[in-house]
Amino acid sequence: MKLLLIALVGAAAWAQVTPERLLRANAEPRNWLSYSGGYMSQRYSPLTQIAPANVKNLELKWVFQANSTEKFETTPLVVDGVMYLTQPPDDIVALDAKTGRVFWVYHYQNSAFIPCCGQVNRGLAILGDTLFMGTMDAHLLAVDAKAGSLLWNIPVADGAAGYSLTGAPLIVKDKVIIGTAGAEYGIRGFIAAFDAKSGKEAWRFNTIPTPGEPGSETWSNDAWRHGGGSAWITGSYDPETNLVFWGTGNPGPDFNPDRRPGDNLYTSSVVALDADSGKLKWHFQFTPHDAGDWDSVQVPVLADMSFRGAPHKVMLWANRNGFAYVLDRNTGKFLRGAPFVKQTWATGLDDNGRPIRAPNSYPTEKGTLIYPGIQGGTNWYSPSFSPRTGLFYVSAWQDYYATFVEGSGDFVPGRYYMGGSFRSPIPTVAKRVPVNSWTEEGGHGEVMAIDPQTGNKKWTFPMHDVTDSGILTTASDLLFTGGREGYFYALDAKTGAKLWQITLGGQVVAGPISYEAGGAQYVSIAAGEALFVFGLR
Amino acid sequence: MRRILFLGIAFGMAASALAQRGPRAMPDPGVDLGARLYATNCYHCHGDGNQVAGVDFRKGQFKRASTDADLAGVIRGGVPGTAMPAHAFSPYEMTSLVAYLRSLHAGGEAPAGDAAAGQVIFAGKGGCESCHRVNGKGSRVAVDLSDIGTMRAAAYLERALVDPNAALVPQNRFVRAVTRDGATITGRRLNEDTESVQLIDDHEKLVSLQKADLRSYTVLTNSSMPSYADKLTAKERTDLVAYLVSLKGSGTR
Repeated sequence: MKLLLIALVGAAAWAQVTPERLLRANAEPRNWLSYSGGYMSQRYSPLTQIAPANVKNLELKWVFQANSTEKFETTPLVVDGVMYLTQPPDDIVALDAKTGRVFWVYHYQNSAFIPCCGQVNRGLAILGDTLFMGTMDAHLLAVDAKAGSLLWNIPVADGAAGYSLTGAPLIVKDKVIIGTAGAEYGIRGFIAAFDAKSGKEAWRFNTIPTPGEPGSETWSNDAWRHGGGSAWITGSYDPETNLVFWGTGNPGPDFNPDRRPGDNLYTSSVVALDADSGKLKWHFQFTPHDAGDWDSVQVPVLADMSFRGAPHKVMLWANRNGFAYVLDRNTGKFLRGAPFVKQTWATGLDDNGRPIRAPNSYPTEKGTLIYPGIQGGTNWYSPSFSPRTGLFYVSAWQDYYATFVEGSGDFVPGRYYMGGSFRSPIPTVAKRVPVNSWTEEGGHGEVMAIDPQTGNKKWTFPMHDVTDSGILTTASDLLFTGGREGYFYALDAKTGAKLWQITLGGQVVAGPISYEAGGAQYVSIAAGEALFVFGLR
Repeated sequence: MRRILFLGIAFGMAASALAQRGPRAMPDPGVDLGARLYATNCYHCHGDGNQVAGVDFRKGQFKRASTDADLAGVIRGGVPGTAMPAHAFSPYEMTSLVAYLRSLHAGGEAPAGDAAAGQVIFAGKGGCESCHRVNGKGSRVAVDLSDIGTMRAAAYLERALVDPNAALVPQNRFVRAVTRDGATITGRRLNEDTESVQLIDDHEKLVSLQKADLRSYTVLTNSSMPSYADKLTAKERTDLVAYLVSLKGSGTR
């Protein structure tokens, strides 16, 4: 009886995902408690059961078939044996992490919305016994993690005007933080925090400042009203400085920069916000006056490392604009930057990390061919940093270009506001058939292991097709990733050697995670319209 | 620039083809506006290879719309329960967009040649059937031409007959593989990835090869089709093009 009581109390205690647990997520590697696996967003698992010596013994343990034909971009959470994932567009599924059997499905019936780029959802956040999810119609939901029932539902923005919430929220202390998508519709972007208990808005940081505010001098005329600057991927957090770091998207209209003279802050930037107030502490703009739809909507990867002989708190960032950066995350100071893929739009970076524009690198009516193309040198695909190898791992599009065409078009609410168009040899990921119908000239995918100390690539793993997959590394020096071809790979994180592969028959447009259930380590990846989970034979 | 054009997605090609044909061929003065509206509003979902809703505009078959008014209605109202949103175009914009959509599968100006004579050349003197297939007849080694008239304009086809290398789109390239035991396999590439390649070989056999098992692997950037600049007279080529343009995919596809 006494034992039973202890067991029950123990279970109740475990079930609460406290802010303290989120702070020390790497102390419980059996779980995956947030989108990027921890506040530093390294997507690095300390688990070692699956190792280079036995990775060939990986086998399929279970499959979850999504009841959806949308792109499956989810990163699951795993909390004490229960997996939570989002099924597009706006469902939450709770299942047994060991067997894949489903406990419950929460379905949200969304109302009017306009999807920019597919009805997708990338994941959840959890605090206490509550799950949080953004929706296609720009609502933020709190759902009971045990019962699968709705606790609150807050309209964050107007879905019919092009706002949507597709990224996983980030929990900091008692707040739920999320950024909006929709910069292709002339929205004005924001990152906002909500009280986890009530859903009441705590703060909102507009990524486009109002006239008179700092940064507004980088806009002229009325362009700021529809200036874009979405923020549709999850940020990171440093408890030492209490700063939340978040990437921001392209300015609007995308391909007509003449409509918006100036640097267009804080688009295509990273912003560092006070977690309690949302006040801007610093910013770094990767692409001033962007004209290539080069969102800086990447996951900020935080690392503590020796840099130029001294311990440094850095932020690693491979940007859609084709340059990879090392920043000081306490100050936003530029430490290093260099192209990691072929690029033709800048002749280099100045001492402050500001790009030096190449001549004739803006869209024209006839079209301007620029490397990298619209999808960039990389995009929102989760990178990984391994503290063991000290390497920064990125899914890149190499030798990839697009022709950017400047056009007109005035702002009309709820309509595409792109100021032009683009032509790219590579189809978007929405294609349903796993056939490579374009060819080698269009560019190809590569997994890159970048040494932050030097900017050099330690190794690359080239693919025939491009890749939209995230990356996971583990403490046994394995790297897991996929790609459009539908393979799922285990590579040696130190050398890039291929150690294991399997065909999943569907494109990987999500990031892998690792977790433990019943004493066994698992690796999961969404591919096609299913989530696959692997473990050792 | 040429490379871009050939790599261009179907939309890009159709737009280029329209531009090359000049104003006479424009079915409606608004097509150019329609093309621009398409690029900014539709392309994300309805670019080549992206027929998420089962719509292949190149074939001119629309699931929910048969008349122009139907088509406009779908665009205006969207399709509830799908990714297709409502669009608030002005009547002029809508007319242009519908005209553009219709133009995507229009064959262009009536070709000058005699299609019936062209069909005879295709099966006979031209020897086209030794590689190409139309409506179930002919070899499968080269690309099936049963609906080529919905995808290519006459000028493009004429050029393809004279300069096949310039007209070969990378998607239709042939490859040559030599296996470890020395066997050479040549065929048209159907699919390729990091690990493997799938092709239809010279004997119309579907072959899947693992690159790790190959001694060499080459993508052939030149066409194996001969130039018909000297093999056919100008009149014969014009007739052949007229036949090709008439092929709208009513057969096997």
